[in-house]
Amino acid sequence: MKIPEGIKYSKDHEWVKMEGNLAYLGITDYAQDSLGDIVFIELPAEGDVLASGQPMGVVESVKAASDVYMPLSGTVKKVNNVLLDNPESINKDPYDSWMIAVEPTDASELETLLDHVEYKKLCAKL
Amino acid sequence: MSQRLIFEVGKPGRKGYSLPKCDVPVRVIDEIVPEEYLRNSDPELPQVSEVDAIRHFTALSRLNYGVDSGFYPLGSCTMKYNPKINEDVSRLEGFSGVHPALPDCAVQGCLELLYKMDLMLAEITGMARVSLQPAAGAHGELSGLMIMRAYHEHNKEEQRKKIIIPDTAHGTNPASAAMVGYEVIEVKTDSRGNVNPAELRQLMSEEVAGLMLTNPSTLGLFEENIIEVAEIVHNSGGLLYYDGANLNAIMGITRPGDMGFDIVHLNLHKTFSTPHGGGGPGSGPVGVKKELVPFLPTPVIQYRDGHYMRDYEQPLSIGQVKSFYGNFAVVVKAYAYIMTMGAAGLRNVSETAVLNANYLMNKLKEYFHLPYERTCMHEFVLSGQTQKEKGVSTLDMAKRMMDYGFHPPTVYFPLIVKEAMMFEPTETENREVLDEVAEILLHIAREVEESPELVKGAPYRTPIGRLDEVKAVREPVLKWTPPRKNNE
Repeated sequence: MKIPEGIKYSKDHEWVKMEGNLAYLGITDYAQDSLGDIVFIELPAEGDVLASGQPMGVVESVKAASDVYMPLSGTVKKVNNVLLDNPESINKDPYDSWMIAVEPTDASELETLLDHVEYKKLCAKL
Repeated sequence: MSQRLIFEVGKPGRKGYSLPKCDVPVRVIDEIVPEEYLRNSDPELPQVSEVDAIRHFTALSRLNYGVDSGFYPLGSCTMKYNPKINEDVSRLEGFSGVHPALPDCAVQGCLELLYKMDLMLAEITGMARVSLQPAAGAHGELSGLMIMRAYHEHNKEEQRKKIIIPDTAHGTNPASAAMVGYEVIEVKTDSRGNVNPAELRQLMSEEVAGLMLTNPSTLGLFEENIIEVAEIVHNSGGLLYYDGANLNAIMGITRPGDMGFDIVHLNLHKTFSTPHGGGGPGSGPVGVKKELVPFLPTPVIQYRDGHYMRDYEQPLSIGQVKSFYGNFAVVVKAYAYIMTMGAAGLRNVSETAVLNANYLMNKLKEYFHLPYERTCMHEFVLSGQTQKEKGVSTLDMAKRMMDYGFHPPTVYFPLIVKEAMMFEPTETENREVLDEVAEILLHIAREVEESPELVKGAPYRTPIGRLDEVKAVREPVLKWTPPRKNNE
């Protein structure tokens, strides 16, 4: 199970990587492994304003469909449309397969997320 | 050998019929049907002889697997044996030869059967009346929730727009709730597999229309706090909805009505032995407590002055939910089943179903992780977590079971159990079958230890091997397209 250093994690198995003033979001290795082969994804539209904890998209695998939640509040600035046609890349490389980039509403929310050590502990308990 | 499509078998002009000379005036189709509805090219139909058609479908039927072939433990589906007497009874001319538009006086026998079935199902579930209209389970849920909404609206409580559903629920529950315009709130399952009463109490409010519950749950466990749960919901003015998917565990022992449920749907194609696979068709009767009877779909079948009649005079009714009277022939089959079994027989069905599940669970729990260590009801859920750590998933093991000649259990459901395998042996199976199945599963567990790659490549003995499930979902081929002809 890959849990890279230097990025943040949510309890719902999303990862957050800050680049400049944008937060790139995706789902973790644990999430893709639990879901199995991903066949469809749905993503929000550019300009959508979403609150932390709100569903921002859907990931559907051969086993189940799951909502993906916003790990922090923000405005959607970029959507990775390439991913819509190649959802299997989430299985192959979850941390390179960003779904959306948002401009965080409140940068302090980032501090409430888990670091790689805390997230590793969480996964070990599941 | 790969199975060719029937379209690929024939030759142009080959046929399996010969029609006599036409002895009625010939009419040209263009004069009867408006042009926009007429096709411009010939349909691509198979052109085969009778024996070609028979061999084709006989070959297909041999690839089929059903309850009549062997063990079929698909959890939460109650794949029990369908007694053949049901088929005989439903084919009696008085049932199969009637037209649904006949007046009440001409179909007294059919109406009597519907009325008696309504009352028998009400007796089994502890409800006042039952509508036999819904076409199958999810349709029963939708009808039941429409009744719930109509009841709250009638009581001027339109603000009740939320419905509470446990995280173990069948996917149809939140889907049905969304269909009637309800917002779904999830309630978590506690470590014993019950709905957590403390959390439920917090979620209840004057905005909650009700709670949808399956009891026993999809974990195969009886809700230990059901009386308290019902009180919590009723005390805040909500209603309790019973998903009848798992009724096979409790018939003649307890009743949803006695537990406090207000609305119940049943699946005749699960609990009451009507055909399940291949589109059934199903039947999903919905039953209600006395105060909800006025909201039931119309027509309600009544017995007045010695006659059975279809009663449409129900001003509060949610209306008709299915053309005519539901899947009538299915109701006849289920009626035949209930009459064959009798009250004591139905209780025996549930007792045997629960005994079989516990027997198999106890044989298997040594080799597979059992996440909820309790006496189970008619089904149980194992986790393939231990095997997954060795690189073999539940899916791989399910495929391997097919090599040993039986249908796999439900896998990856309920969602709260990792690598879930949900077994429902039903009352159909005898001890020898259960012993044999346990042997095979222990053998597969051993294969996971000794030759994991073998299990990961399964199945080997089925007509086709491992399917590309991702491709099947993403690029399904749903229609045969003829190969291009040379001159095109």
